[in-house]
Amino acid sequence: MSKFSKKEKEDPSIPTSALPDIIFMLLFFFMVTTVLRETTINVEQRVPAATELKKLQRKSLVSYLYIGKPTQRMIPVFGKEPRIQANDVFIATEELVKWVFQEKDKLNEVERDQITIALKVDKEAKMGLISDVQLELREANARKVLYTTILNLDD
Amino acid sequence: MAKKKRANPEINSSSMADIAFLLLIFFLVTTTIANDKGILMQLPPKPDDMEDIDIKIKDHNLFKVYVNSADRLLVEGEPMSDVTEIRDMVKEHVMNNGRDPKMSDNPKDAIVSFKTDRGTSYEMYILVLNELNAAYNELYAERVGLTTKEWRDLDNKDPEQKKLYDKGRGVVDGKVTIPRNISIAEPSKIGGN
Repeated sequence: MSKFSKKEKEDPSIPTSALPDIIFMLLFFFMVTTVLRETTINVEQRVPAATELKKLQRKSLVSYLYIGKPTQRMIPVFGKEPRIQANDVFIATEELVKWVFQEKDKLNEVERDQITIALKVDKEAKMGLISDVQLELREANARKVLYTTILNLDD
Repeated sequence: MAKKKRANPEINSSSMADIAFLLLIFFLVTTTIANDKGILMQLPPKPDDMEDIDIKIKDHNLFKVYVNSADRLLVEGEPMSDVTEIRDMVKEHVMNNGRDPKMSDNPKDAIVSFKTDRGTSYEMYILVLNELNAAYNELYAERVGLTTKEWRDLDNKDPEQKKLYDKGRGVVDGKVTIPRNISIAEPSKIGGN
């Protein structure tokens, strides 16, 4: 009797019957965690990182402002200086008050004062522009501001 | 009577994975992960809304942070290179309670003043603002024995959590004894436009 009797060979194929389930799981994860892009962002967006993040409670109360250098495609038209993008267009700082009121008009009357402005600002933008924006937002009485950041994983 | 041999009723599902992959790739391409997190701040009211009283703030109650157009830090008159040191300095300043005459009288009067230049980069602004907020969050969280993450996730609508929230901020008779007094001053115009 040999000690090394040949074992019966196993079927070398990997069972793939669970593969669809795994893929579906991934699919549902992405479906749940994502939102469809509504606006094309025409400014560079490298958002800074921070640790003290708060999550927004009510998404319907949030309006977004994108600030940064215009993307490569937009440079011939709008130049290299950081600009403010609201919805789909570039706006000047003086137009911000008007924009805030337009955004407020979209909300219920009781909720208008709770409007939150999410500032998605590129790292490279200068505080001069940001403080101008802050001043206009104060003028328009939209005082809740969220500086959008990503989580800093270093510490 | 011999039974008829039934055909195997299983549906061939080998292409199911391919279909799911296709859908998955579609969603991967068309979507962005919702990123609605950040530092929430309240701006002060309109300049002309504020009453024009000369509010006298004692100098030792102020904790001054200044960042110039080259992103260099000046904290309480001393140049500093490490942003993370601010956190402990703020905590010490706020919770001084009059022990050190150079620091705040009590947490209620303590004000953290943060001033930038028009040429300061936004990245630096967020870095410092994050430290200032972290200092207060750590203070609050320590008082109720939570981690800062748990503290930030407290939901004001839930009465139990609201109680903790109020306890952390030292609410006595509806008044906050340790308010988050972070004042963001108008930037100077030395660098930048």
